[in-house]
Amino acid sequence: MTFLYQILNGIQIGAIYALVALGYSMVYGIVKLINFAHGDIIMLGSYAVWYFMTRLNMPWWLATIATIIFCSIVGIIIEKLAYKPLRNSARISLLITAIGVSLFLQNTVQLIFTANPKMFVTFIPSGGFSIGNRSISYTTLITIAISAAIMVALTLLVSKTKIGKAMRAVSEDNRTAQLMGINVDNTISFTFALGSGLAAVAAVLYVCSYSQIAPTMGSMLGLKAFVAAVLGGIGSIPGAMLGGLLIGVAESLTKGYISSQLADAVLFGILIIVLLVKPTGFFGRGDREKV
Amino acid sequence: MKPTRLIDKTWFRYIINTIAVLLAFGLLVLLTGPTGEGGLLNKYMSQIFIPMGINIILAVSLNLTAGFLGQLPLGHAGFMSVGAYAAALFSIHTDFPKAISFPLSLIVGGIVAAIFGILIGLPALRLKGDYLAIITLGFGEIIRVIILNIPKITGGAYGLKGIPKDTTVISTFVCVVITLFLIHALIKSRHGRAIISIREDEIASEASGIPTTYYKVTTFSFSAFFAGIAGGLYAHFIGVLDPAEFGFMRSVEILVMVVLGGMGSIIGSVVAAGALTVLPEVLRGFSEYRMVVYSLLLIVVMVFKPSGLFGRYDFSLCGAASDIAKAIKKLTHRNKLGIHEEAGK
Repeated sequence: MTFLYQILNGIQIGAIYALVALGYSMVYGIVKLINFAHGDIIMLGSYAVWYFMTRLNMPWWLATIATIIFCSIVGIIIEKLAYKPLRNSARISLLITAIGVSLFLQNTVQLIFTANPKMFVTFIPSGGFSIGNRSISYTTLITIAISAAIMVALTLLVSKTKIGKAMRAVSEDNRTAQLMGINVDNTISFTFALGSGLAAVAAVLYVCSYSQIAPTMGSMLGLKAFVAAVLGGIGSIPGAMLGGLLIGVAESLTKGYISSQLADAVLFGILIIVLLVKPTGFFGRGDREKV
Repeated sequence: MKPTRLIDKTWFRYIINTIAVLLAFGLLVLLTGPTGEGGLLNKYMSQIFIPMGINIILAVSLNLTAGFLGQLPLGHAGFMSVGAYAAALFSIHTDFPKAISFPLSLIVGGIVAAIFGILIGLPALRLKGDYLAIITLGFGEIIRVIILNIPKITGGAYGLKGIPKDTTVISTFVCVVITLFLIHALIKSRHGRAIISIREDEIASEASGIPTTYYKVTTFSFSAFFAGIAGGLYAHFIGVLDPAEFGFMRSVEILVMVVLGGMGSIIGSVVAAGALTVLPEVLRGFSEYRMVVYSLLLIVVMVFKPSGLFGRYDFSLCGAASDIAKAIKKLTHRNKLGIHEEAGK
């Protein structure tokens, strides 16, 4: 029973990782950039939802929507100001810029809200229903359900809609896509907005289950989600989902059965093994369809 | 003009540079005093030269992989921590006289870091670009977590205490000079040209018969060696080692110095490391904004001048001297020509 419980916990955090990993994966697919600032978008989202709810006294649903919009806008601004001027320069410059953006977001938030962690009071009703001698909280179920719904919606968006088709085309070959009359700039901005919006949802779910907000919370969360994206095959949507869930379960099991302090080391160990054995991950097979 | 002038001879250049180093050394002693006290600057101000020197070693050694080899590792602080702990443990657990123990501990720190460099470099350098950055970041974090989890040896989260505070301004200066000389000599050698060729085009250099894997791993561990030495200096400067000091942020700070100075420019790294160490001290009241300014600087430099302040320019004392001499000669020569022309009319 404990084992199943750990697995369920793992799936809960894994669903959050998967949402974040999707953002990494889509952005990587479309501009070939590891967006280091993506983890900090989660941090921004956490602060935003906290601010909207405690300072502006918004109801939870309005705060959530406002957070998603806020993060999407921040994502677009970052893309326009920091990444767009560098689209044709060396990859290493782009990577360093992304690190710079990440540091900038962290430190600006730290300057505004100080480094002390803030407490977030969850709006999901506490309690849950019990199976055996353990109880499964509503937070766990809601997190898993929302993540699953979003993933289905995203898959439909990418495979069925016009903008989804444009995203796939740009990630395949952006010059050709441009010749076919696709507005590459808008598509890239949309991808950033979508990824940041997903990160905002992940942020809301994350603060509901872990209730603590700090300026540096995003970097570790972002790195773990990145490991998930690489594990599943960066650039692939089902890969990011599977990777997120696997990483979540692996982390939960390590914490439960080995040592909670070594969990990070185990995750990075997984990353290193994946990169060495199969750098393309589970689904990212070379030139396969990527978004 | 003779075909081989004095200034083109290698031995003459060595003499000039040795004299310059000795002059700098004399200036430093004048400023800080022979034992770190009693110079023109007070004790607090002379202490700043130590972290400055440590940062210069770190930045120049990272520049070797980032600027000259063209790979971007994000785990430089990991090597620094390995060197720091190795050197500190060596100092604590052996009882040689101080004059032998301290330099020996630095070398031990450097060698242990270099071994880690080979161990990490062999698998990591099979990857390129972003993936290399991520895998080295992963290794850096793993090193930190492991140090945190073997408290019997490293003191864990409480830190390693009781390290003799042996680092002085002078020993730091000596280490900086040796590092700069060795890295400069490496870059100017046959091996250095091989390393630069890998940066320019890895496939072409491999096709020209350069063993790229060998050079990549060697350069990586060479760079780790100096990071280890810097770590040893740091350990003996602070006296207490805390694993939290060697996180990702530290690696990024070193990277900022390299990028700002210019990837592939040693003088750039030296200037940027020096400036970024002194500035926060000067702007004490401004310290909250330090990281915000750093990160903005990083973005702005990347967007507007991706090659950094110095680009790939490297300063050479004799080169500068001969440039000046040439310019003067040209000037006087032109004057003479002018006179002749006037006479001809």
